[in-house]
Amino acid sequence: MSDPEVEQVDVRQADVEQADGEHREGVRALDGFFAALGDDDAGELYDRAPCGYLSTTPDGTIIKVNQTLLALTGYSRADLVERRRFADLLSRGGQMYHETHYAPMLRMHGVAREIALTIVRKDGSRLPALVNSVLERDAAGAPRVVRTAVFDATQRREYERELLAAKERAERSEARASALARTLQQTLIPPAPPVVPHLDVAAGYRPAGDGSQVGGDFYDVFQVGVDDWVVVIGDVCGKGAEAAVVTALARYTLRAAAVEHPQPSEALRLLNEVLQRQGTARFCTVAALRLRRFRGGWSAVVACGGHAPPLLRDVDGGVRTIGRPGSLLGVVDEPELHDVDFALGPGQSLLLFTDGVTEARNGAEFYGDSRVEVLAAGPHDTAGSLAGSLLADVLSFQSGQARDDIAVVVLRVPPPPDPAALAHGQSA
Amino acid sequence: MDVLSRYNVKVAGPVDGQPMLFAHGFGCDQNMWRHVAPHFADGYRVVLFDHVGAGGSDLSAYDPVRHSTLDGYVDDVLEVCRGLGLRDVVLVGHSVSAMIGVLAAARKPGLFSRLVLVGPSPRYVDDGEYVGGFSAEDVDDLLDSLESNYLGWSAAMAPAIMGRPDRPELGEELTASFCRTDPEIARRFARVTFLSDSRADLARATVPTLVLQCSDDVIAPVGVGRYVAEQMPDATMVLLDATGHCPNLSAPEETVAAIESFLRGERLVPA
Repeated sequence: MSDPEVEQVDVRQADVEQADGEHREGVRALDGFFAALGDDDAGELYDRAPCGYLSTTPDGTIIKVNQTLLALTGYSRADLVERRRFADLLSRGGQMYHETHYAPMLRMHGVAREIALTIVRKDGSRLPALVNSVLERDAAGAPRVVRTAVFDATQRREYERELLAAKERAERSEARASALARTLQQTLIPPAPPVVPHLDVAAGYRPAGDGSQVGGDFYDVFQVGVDDWVVVIGDVCGKGAEAAVVTALARYTLRAAAVEHPQPSEALRLLNEVLQRQGTARFCTVAALRLRRFRGGWSAVVACGGHAPPLLRDVDGGVRTIGRPGSLLGVVDEPELHDVDFALGPGQSLLLFTDGVTEARNGAEFYGDSRVEVLAAGPHDTAGSLAGSLLADVLSFQSGQARDDIAVVVLRVPPPPDPAALAHGQSA
Repeated sequence: MDVLSRYNVKVAGPVDGQPMLFAHGFGCDQNMWRHVAPHFADGYRVVLFDHVGAGGSDLSAYDPVRHSTLDGYVDDVLEVCRGLGLRDVVLVGHSVSAMIGVLAAARKPGLFSRLVLVGPSPRYVDDGEYVGGFSAEDVDDLLDSLESNYLGWSAAMAPAIMGRPDRPELGEELTASFCRTDPEIARRFARVTFLSDSRADLARATVPTLVLQCSDDVIAPVGVGRYVAEQMPDATMVLLDATGHCPNLSAPEETVAAIESFLRGERLVPA
């Protein structure tokens, strides 16, 4: 039976002995190091430094080189000293770079650091090198000598070449992706809304960030019959290709549904079913509007599936929301959707927008519903001026950097000609 | 943006003095003239500028089409002259700007009174009997050199180039470092410079011309300087003791002295 204490003492003794041995070994290594240093006189340190050294006159004539440089380049001291200039050792392109960049930089700054140059060895082979130089001046400030260190950069240059190639590949594929995103976006967002007789229609769209990704916002304005039109605005959650698939699906489902289902809520219900059957994890919000020409204006029905209800602006500048909130589409089997009838008369405007407007942020502050309402209440002669000023205001609120897609559609029934203005026009 | 800020134009010396327009070459900016131009500010109206893409110029003024030939740079020089209302101009051009000066004088003979060409070369690439000193592969090699030396540079400097008002320190850093050029523009300017051929234009520049030739210049060898002087109707070559391609930096006194005696109309000793 062993005594744990004794065993512990034994271990400690072993440790001490081992440490002792390591210490003695360490002292021997240190002694050797100092002995080697002692042998290393200044000349040795220079000649066998782990980089090539050369000193030149201010015009570049080589006056001193170390052994490492000779080993790197394959030249003998007699080949170089007082016979060649530093630039003579470089490739032709390197010489051009030296004369147009390196030498001027050295003259002006007194140093040139980490310059990549190619040295041509005596046997004609090429040595990629990184070069540092300092220019020393005499007391009067006149250039006296240039000291240059040359490092073998063969592997580094190889690595840089790979990096460069990878960077170029990345840039090319980014450009392709952006082009693809732009093309795709154009198929999802009509470049300009169609011309609808007796209705002034304007739309604005601004993708998030730099527009290199396909956004999830969409809108559509299309005709179903004579004086019978459908307007939709929506937002598919997420961005990129997968969101674009759902956006396209939503847009064309609504187009098809509008033919069979005159009620917007029915069209949205069908879209909900299609999205659920599709098995996509993406959901979307849509506000759909059916417009039929009625007397001097339009008779309208709106349904909102998870989307902010549109704002109606009256002739007198009063603003109110139209429509009842409903379920997000693509989430539940039986969505709650309501049709709300209203009239859009002469001089009135209807403003539809996505959450890129209300949820635009400036620091912790949101753009919010109230700003939209205040802006909508202001005087606007055309649908375009309201859409344009809302888009511009939301962008400037975010200092020009849209964090989310912004889509805006404005419908305005042109007011009847003002009798007073007509009379005035006649008298003039 | 007006002409003066587009080309970062700096003017010194008497307003009524004869204008002396200094044009820098490829690889640097107007700082190339810092040891030379001030000597002339007593008697001349000294005008310095940066080519677009270089130094403090407006990078957005760079036009890949306009600047795809030296003619675009000639347009720029003439724009500077027009902008300042210069007449009777002494144009001092270094390296590629020597040839830009020749082209400008050929196009607007009345505008210039004299040309000083420092290290000119009408064609860098050899062509039959003509020895420019370089092959087309050498020019590719230079483009490689540019590429590898901008590797570490582009990432750090790009924000300054792009204009970042929110980070003014980047702009200061750029101003503080001479001879920085936008990498993409430098690559294009290198191609335009070293693949240019303006030999046929030499005979069309008839103003009195001084060719300042360095003794040992890899970029523009003595034979090329001599060719330029021979092909121009009224040119004299002076061979400097200075070596390299930038006597304006390495031997400013000698450069200034040669220009002064040329401007005084002294008989030059042809090399």
